[in-house]
Amino acid sequence: MEILHSTLLQRALLEVVVLGAACGALGVWLLHLRNAYAAESLAHAMLPGLVIASLTGAPLVLGAAGGVLVAAVLIALAARDSNVGAEIAVAITVTTAFGLGAVLALSPEVPARLGDLLFGDLLGASSGDIAVACGLAALIAVALALGHRQLSLSVFDPVAARSLGGRPQRVELALLALLAVAVVAAVQGLGNLLVFALLVAPAAAAMRLGTSVRAQLALGSALGSLAGLLGMIASAELAIAAGASVALASVALFVLALLVRPAQGAAVDGATRRSAIDALSARR
Amino acid sequence: MSAASVEVSGLSAAYAPGPPALRDVSFSALGGQAVAVLGPNGGGKTTLFRALLGEIAVVSGRITLGGHAAYVPQTERARLDFPVSALDVALMGAYARTRWYRRVSANDRRLAHEALARVGLEDHARKRFGTLSGGQRQRALIARALVQDAGVLLLDEPFAGVDRVSEQAIMEMFDTLRAEGRVLLIATHDIEQARRWDRVLCLRGVQVAYGPPDTTLSTEVLEATYGAEIVVLEDGARAIAVQHHDHAH
Repeated sequence: MEILHSTLLQRALLEVVVLGAACGALGVWLLHLRNAYAAESLAHAMLPGLVIASLTGAPLVLGAAGGVLVAAVLIALAARDSNVGAEIAVAITVTTAFGLGAVLALSPEVPARLGDLLFGDLLGASSGDIAVACGLAALIAVALALGHRQLSLSVFDPVAARSLGGRPQRVELALLALLAVAVVAAVQGLGNLLVFALLVAPAAAAMRLGTSVRAQLALGSALGSLAGLLGMIASAELAIAAGASVALASVALFVLALLVRPAQGAAVDGATRRSAIDALSARR
Repeated sequence: MSAASVEVSGLSAAYAPGPPALRDVSFSALGGQAVAVLGPNGGGKTTLFRALLGEIAVVSGRITLGGHAAYVPQTERARLDFPVSALDVALMGAYARTRWYRRVSANDRRLAHEALARVGLEDHARKRFGTLSGGQRQRALIARALVQDAGVLLLDEPFAGVDRVSEQAIMEMFDTLRAEGRVLLIATHDIEQARRWDRVLCLRGVQVAYGPPDTTLSTEVLEATYGAEIVVLEDGARAIAVQHHDHAH
């Protein structure tokens, strides 16, 4: 197996396995809080930042961070207009940012190819890139562990959360900040378009399979790392793009989870059924 | 526990920014009393609860609580697809007093088990909240309030979607909580049910009436509370509030 003999592939594997673990767990909370759209939007909105970093020779991580920050400010400003609303603000900002990024990327002065920015370059990861990715992944893991109770309150019972010591709005903002950190960490390897797959697909699979929040978080991390491993092996053996292979492996794991537990909604359906029975008997 | 109490004087409360959603509310309830909070959708029941919890601005007036207040929402407001057990839900009652970097203490875990036993759910502690019946979910949320050590329980439609057997069990539990000196404020649309409690507070953006049910729930008061949404039957002996169960305030 080629991956066993190539230092380049092994470094890429290390980076994607670490990122997969962090993104998988983070993704579980994003999906529980129904923030998948925000995840996709943040990932796409950073493209101008990446392109400007390429143009100026700055680290892509810095460009990504700047892009996310500017997009977040623009979204917040647009959303303040009640006639626009948050969803439309996100859509307009992301579309504008992505278009602007594409226009800039077509400039002949941009050293990195647009394809690398959109689809990543796992094999081009330097030791510094890997160290940054590991550091940011560790930051995400610690933040999720410390914020577990606050996140649980915000998801389970946002109406009563404040009376239980929770701060749902702050928690959601903090989670979006962690999302930005994850995207910044992963974008160099997986690209602006494919990073979203690693954030959502392993988490969605874990939510199918896990019967408790902790089990889902552990499974999300494990499946994220597994997607990285399988994607890198497929990339090496079939000579296909690494980032795309990881994204496809993530989606394949989700499809597998669907096949393993096709009736995952049974618990909720059961609850709904019981509520209906209760309501009917209450009327009698 | 020591007797709890609620005293509200000239309260007006608002969702900032904006005019008061609730005005001129004055009532008091002592430990052991249960107060039905009646009113139409948007009449101010939830606004009152949020003011008592300190979650919205008190524009004028004063709230004095003897004891900690806990909110018990309608079970349908919680996320049934979130994979937490009844024990996890009860443990949430200890989160506010647990420092962010510490685990929930062994003592609070014991309290959570005891609270579940008190509401008759000790055998369901490990069951997923979303798979419990409506009545069992309501009892799990009450167990959470017990872990909070709440002297004042703010119960939002506690009998909505609950079968007769569970309703009886919850009623008996309320009697026990009152005997312990707790104050129960029960938001409800059910006028007949309101007659069972010690006091009735009628709201329609402003306080319409407060007092014992037999003297407060007159045809005039009900019409002033519900307007055209009320149907009074049998010369005022029975009344039905005609409305939906979702409400914004």
